[in-house]
Amino acid sequence: MSFMKLATSALAISAATVTIASAQSRDNVQVAGSSTVLPYASIVAEAFGENFDFPTPVVESGGSSAGLKRFCEGVGENTVDIANASRPIKDSEREACAAAGVTDIMEVRIGYDGIVFASQFDGPEFTAFTQDQWYKALAAELPVDGAMVANPNKTWADVDPSLPAEDIMAFIPGTKHGTREVFEVNVIEAGCESSGAMEEIMAITSDEDATTEACMAIRTDGASVDIDGDYTETLARIDANPNGVGVFGLAFYENNTDKLKVATMGGVEPSTETISTGEYPVSRPLFFYVKKAHIGVIPGLKEFTEFFVSDDMAGPDGPLAEYGLVSDPELAATQTAVADEATM
Amino acid sequence: MTKSLYTEDARTKRRNAAERRFKAYGAIAIGIAMVALVILLTSVVSQGIGAFRQTYITIDVPLPEAKLDKSGTRDMAVMSKVTTIGYAPLLRDGLVNAIAEAGIQTDLSDKEIGDLISKEAPATVRDRVLANPDLIGGTDRFTLLADGRIDGYFKGRVTMASAALDKNTSPGKLELADKLRDAGIMNVKFNWAFLTAPDASDQRPEAAGLGVAILGSLYMMIVVLVLALPIGVAASIYLEEFAPKNRWTDVIEVNIANLAAVPSIVYGILGLAIFINFMQFNQSSPLVGGMVLALMTLPTIIISTRAALKAVPPSIRDAALGVGASKMQSVFHHVLPLAAPGILTGTIIGLAQALGETAPLLLIGMVAFVRDYPEAYSSATGLFGDPSTALPVQIYNWTQRADPAFVERAQGAIITLLVFLLVMNTVAIILRRRFERRW
Repeated sequence: MSFMKLATSALAISAATVTIASAQSRDNVQVAGSSTVLPYASIVAEAFGENFDFPTPVVESGGSSAGLKRFCEGVGENTVDIANASRPIKDSEREACAAAGVTDIMEVRIGYDGIVFASQFDGPEFTAFTQDQWYKALAAELPVDGAMVANPNKTWADVDPSLPAEDIMAFIPGTKHGTREVFEVNVIEAGCESSGAMEEIMAITSDEDATTEACMAIRTDGASVDIDGDYTETLARIDANPNGVGVFGLAFYENNTDKLKVATMGGVEPSTETISTGEYPVSRPLFFYVKKAHIGVIPGLKEFTEFFVSDDMAGPDGPLAEYGLVSDPELAATQTAVADEATM
Repeated sequence: MTKSLYTEDARTKRRNAAERRFKAYGAIAIGIAMVALVILLTSVVSQGIGAFRQTYITIDVPLPEAKLDKSGTRDMAVMSKVTTIGYAPLLRDGLVNAIAEAGIQTDLSDKEIGDLISKEAPATVRDRVLANPDLIGGTDRFTLLADGRIDGYFKGRVTMASAALDKNTSPGKLELADKLRDAGIMNVKFNWAFLTAPDASDQRPEAAGLGVAILGSLYMMIVVLVLALPIGVAASIYLEEFAPKNRWTDVIEVNIANLAAVPSIVYGILGLAIFINFMQFNQSSPLVGGMVLALMTLPTIIISTRAALKAVPPSIRDAALGVGASKMQSVFHHVLPLAAPGILTGTIIGLAQALGETAPLLLIGMVAFVRDYPEAYSSATGLFGDPSTALPVQIYNWTQRADPAFVERAQGAIITLLVFLLVMNTVAIILRRRFERRW
């Protein structure tokens, strides 16, 4: 009967596990959200664990929307304390939060992230772009003589003779990425407006929403490829396609300068300086959101938040800036807000 | 008119040719599979083997009291105020001194020389100083990690040409690294830390290891074994030996076979809904991960256990029943021991499957950056309740990192996972060979 005994005791152990675990609590900070903020959050978490007596926070990725969704699931130890986001929280998300009882939310801006356009280091001379060119290269339909026609441009030289006569092959972030929205608004829509196409489309559709939609529609005939994975996937595609141009985060580019060559946008070279002054047009703020109700309940949460925005970390000479974050000129105001636990 | 059987007629020739063709197809199929395997292994091993070697710098680091203990009383509260950011300059001084002592000429500034040391190193020094406050005021010899780019240079990943384009290093630094290696200050050693150290952030690929992931996978396998084996075996014994054969057991049988083919991510969704949201277990914990994987492994174990029980000849049962054993005695004394090798094999194969599974763990928060070793039991988090990662998840995680050095780490982790799987499958085959009986 020894097997019976074994089986019974195993079942007893599993039953005991369930009882023990139902009284679980945790003593570490739990973070989820944007994969763009992930490297910064893990750098801070690592330094926090080294220098403080608290456990190292656990940082998950999964995207801004997924992170905020989990953030808004409610208050309690089995919910996350901090959501990282590469865009501001939406009103609909705040409503979802409020419905689940998450009312006091602290918004913390950690700095800015630049979005750069890069191609294979030994590839064609893609060194200078404008938003107009990107719009004309990637729009689904272009206005020609008072009618919308499918984008006829096959090569970059068709778009602008100053560009190399290479087939258009763009690798842009997929729709689940926060980067896609910035790309659509700051590059495609801006290009649509500055090239005068917006007025022409307005004349055709005479409807504002339809015009915006037509401006931001990206062609689907294979010249533009959505990348749903991370920048590593974009890099692999660029490696395989000498005439490909990819959209990357500044930090990713700065860690791969031996493989990629970056292009200027509107004549401005992307760098932490040009982005912090606002000269470089394609950048966005990075945030994290903190549940105020968890401060004082989860050990180390307040300390971690303060440490994240401290000059040692997020300052212009700190490790985050070294990795590629454009530090926030108004960091001091953020530090005060965090110290006062100011909510939205 | 007689014809020898040895002379082939046209029809025989055709049949023999068809057989030869079939054999050739088979050989080609196996050949393709072998070539694919060889290409896969060569690419993984050639890229990943570097992760098992690591560059270290051995230097004397000055530990001045003025910097590290302003109170002068070795008060822990004051000493721990000095962060790793405060320790970094001391390491740089140590390396600059070592370069001067060895008589090496270099044009690099002190700051650039400091870049040769890993960002992980100040934490190594700080931990030792806080553990032994008596060291303050003197110097001590430390073996510290070198920067990931320097390490990459010795492994051939970084070259002078790529360094010239790379803003994180420069050819000058690589030349200095060469000189340091000749002087014996820098050397490449076997990297035990890769198997024991926790994960590290994007700035320190050289420090990243699999410690937390291996521990997390081990805990999950224990949970899977403890939950899935007894439940699976009990269910199979009942279904195979005791349950009446009727419509209900048919339905159950079809469902079990179906469950074995359900995509694993579905179990993750189930785990999130039931174990985390409803039963309130901790996210990212090996307990939840193990329970989800146990559910996933159950059908595999049930199917293989039932096959093993079926393989035991009915004469054994009849003989036991014939000498007066009860039904239960015949099963537990005679049938189960004979079926045990088959059950074990099935269980080990199920465990190996669970060990390599990533998808369900995505949803329960195990795809995370975790630095602290999970404890098997702690009063705050309960049994297996500490956050952790797992081996396949760590591979997935590292392939997404920006620094190219993580490619090597990810491939190294694949080698480690393959070795674990190979060992488990070998054990399964040995068990089967040694204990299997044929009738």
